[in-house]
Amino acid sequence: MIAELGLAALWLAAALAALQMIAGFMAVHDDGKSELAGLIRPAAIVQGVLVTLSFGMLVWLFAITDLSVKLVASNSHSMKPLIFKLSGSFGNHEGSMLLWVMVMGLAGALIALVERRLPERTMNATLAAQGVVALGFYAFLLLSSNPFERMPNPPAEGMGLNPLLQDIGLVFHPPTLYLGYVGLSVAFSFAVGALLTRQVTPDFARAMRPWVLGAWVLLTIGITAGSYWAYYELGWGGWWFWDPVENASLMPWLAATALLHSASVLASRDALRTWTIMLGVVAFSMSMVGTFLVRSGILTSVHAFAVDPERGTFILVLLGIFIGGALLLFAMRANTINEGQRFALASREGALVFNNVMLSAILAIVLLGTLYPLLTEAFDVRVSVGPPYFNPVGAIFTIPMLAVMAVGPLLRWRQDRVDRIGKEIALFAALVLAALILFSLLAEVALLPLLGLALGLGLAVASLLPLRGRKLSRTPLATWGMVAAHFGIAVTLIGMASESAFTEERLAAVAEGGSATVGPWTVVLQGVEPVAGPNWTAIEGRLAASYNGGEAKVLTPQARNFWAPLQQTTESALVTRWNGQLYAVVGDRAPDGRWQLRLWWKPFVTLIWYGGLLVAFGGVLALIGRLLSDLRHRRLAARIAERRADREAVA
Amino acid sequence: MSWRLWVPLFAFALFVGLAAYQLTQPKDDFVESRMVGEALPYFDLPPAMEGAEGISNATFADGKPRLLNIWASWCLPCIAEAPHLESLKEQGAEIVGVAIRDRPEDIARFLARHGNPYSRIGRDDLSEVQLAIGSSGVPETFVIDGKGVIRYQHIGDIRADDVPVLLAELEKVR
Repeated sequence: MIAELGLAALWLAAALAALQMIAGFMAVHDDGKSELAGLIRPAAIVQGVLVTLSFGMLVWLFAITDLSVKLVASNSHSMKPLIFKLSGSFGNHEGSMLLWVMVMGLAGALIALVERRLPERTMNATLAAQGVVALGFYAFLLLSSNPFERMPNPPAEGMGLNPLLQDIGLVFHPPTLYLGYVGLSVAFSFAVGALLTRQVTPDFARAMRPWVLGAWVLLTIGITAGSYWAYYELGWGGWWFWDPVENASLMPWLAATALLHSASVLASRDALRTWTIMLGVVAFSMSMVGTFLVRSGILTSVHAFAVDPERGTFILVLLGIFIGGALLLFAMRANTINEGQRFALASREGALVFNNVMLSAILAIVLLGTLYPLLTEAFDVRVSVGPPYFNPVGAIFTIPMLAVMAVGPLLRWRQDRVDRIGKEIALFAALVLAALILFSLLAEVALLPLLGLALGLGLAVASLLPLRGRKLSRTPLATWGMVAAHFGIAVTLIGMASESAFTEERLAAVAEGGSATVGPWTVVLQGVEPVAGPNWTAIEGRLAASYNGGEAKVLTPQARNFWAPLQQTTESALVTRWNGQLYAVVGDRAPDGRWQLRLWWKPFVTLIWYGGLLVAFGGVLALIGRLLSDLRHRRLAARIAERRADREAVA
Repeated sequence: MSWRLWVPLFAFALFVGLAAYQLTQPKDDFVESRMVGEALPYFDLPPAMEGAEGISNATFADGKPRLLNIWASWCLPCIAEAPHLESLKEQGAEIVGVAIRDRPEDIARFLARHGNPYSRIGRDDLSEVQLAIGSSGVPETFVIDGKGVIRYQHIGDIRADDVPVLLAELEKVR
């Protein structure tokens, strides 16, 4: 009964999405005279309620482990802890798609409820576009991945969840990225709506901005967490592999970063209108392309457990309709949209445009590198594109971007003179140069990490300069957010550069009782013992590691063998200090009884993820700041309207 | 000016076309060895268990073509393959085995249960030889000619209809 209720709610929600779409387009067509126009907002709101109900039913089914539902039987188990039962509801294709449409429905309902800034016609167009996107995903769910499908002969017990995915981090990693993608879909609907009515105004940018900010924060967190998971779980000691799936999450982030900045220019300066629209379309298309690459299995990747070619076809069709349609509309409409306010090259806008172009170039490089194997495979040549391409080619655009990022926020809007901020530029340049000279004299560092260290240190200082001379208690939250995010980028950069410049690696065969050194660490192999878990066996090394002869800390890295399905994983062990991490992996046993130990000392590697969190924190600050000031404006507008009404009444 | 606005749509259409083409292509997960046509790299493997002989380049230098079978006792498809190896042996093929990441007692138990078609078995504990000849999985079978040159690669377990193919490949290089 619960499953049927969920399915019925889902069909009804899909019907309302269709209504929202049709009524929306009709209202745009006849300028709101149609009788259906009044239905658009209620349709969006009820749709949000229904799809939430549907998702709630699925979670309920998982909570009570109803094995007559196919999805529950193939992904859950009655003995699983409750948290993994609940997370199991969206830890699979069907459930995650339902989560996606639920968040999308809620977002639509929220816009319909609170967004009153835009002209009604643009609002109708936006909700119509949102209806199209939602309807596509409903079709996907209902026609090819029904989460509520029953089984005629329910099994006695469920199959359980892939053991690798039973990790608390992975309970939150996919939904976080998903929420980010959905946020970008809302931005996409706003962009299409504004394009349909040609009303690309600062108000449009203000309405879109919180969604972009929210999506961007979630993507930042998702990428940071995913990177850390790959770092400790995959046991290669690396934190970024330029894997297609990693790139698939990075590309929407790059586009969203560019969109965020250009929407800010549009909101406060009424410039960059078409460019913002374009980025709104690109950002969402990158999340769709990412989903497509992950789900279709068209590129080989570590995320291969999510693969299904038939679903890939469905997503490709949706992608073609959404993005192809939007780009067609863009090609036909964009030249009728005024570019907006002009500005001088040396201005805040100028710096933002420069960095927008750089971000887009990096995005193009990552996209090209990710799709290149797909292209050559069409000619039967197999290649894999990795760090030797991405790192240097990306750096060509990243380095000027970082330099402009350091001083851009100091420039004034519209028009400024570069020599006005001459001192700050000199300070940044001096810091970078000093760091360059210092590090190249002190240690032998490769070019890219050297540049990264120097620019990171310079940027860390320069990013704080916008606060100078301001009354800190009166500085808007959005400015604090910008400073925190830019500082976070510097911190991450220093972490990355330090990791690749100063990491020491040691591969040693050590007998029990023997020791190995790496950097300042001395590691003693105290023993190796077999251990067993619920569905795996492992050998576990007991290592005592001491830093510069200090007190020893015990590490227990494992090499695990799962038997259903047969799989070998390494569980690395870490010792974190303020100045870096010791990373240990235990390997095979050599014929003479010694054990292979792989040790890394990675100075300041943790800064990579702390920086990422700082960037996200900056985004949260900016989001809160924007929402609060929106609220204030709204209250002010209400009060003005009230007074005017009073005055009219008196008159 | 306005033609530039069509560039994104055009680029996107290219992507969709390429992706659609790739989706319709059957997925080929086999990694073919680049070593086919090349001489065997230098190697010298110890015997895999008591009573067996190890293998090295010298094994392949006597002018007689052989099959080189990459397998392991822990490999399930290798069990399915065992009867076909037996029939290849009965039809005159000499088969040399390389056991990957295996233990002597497990190898002996496997051969006792599923038959021993091998004239020699070497032990490759670190997959060194396997990787050097360009094999990416277990089982795989290579045709090596009398001068120690790799002539043919069969990926995956040998099925009944692969037996004549392998015999023909052996005959070709005789």
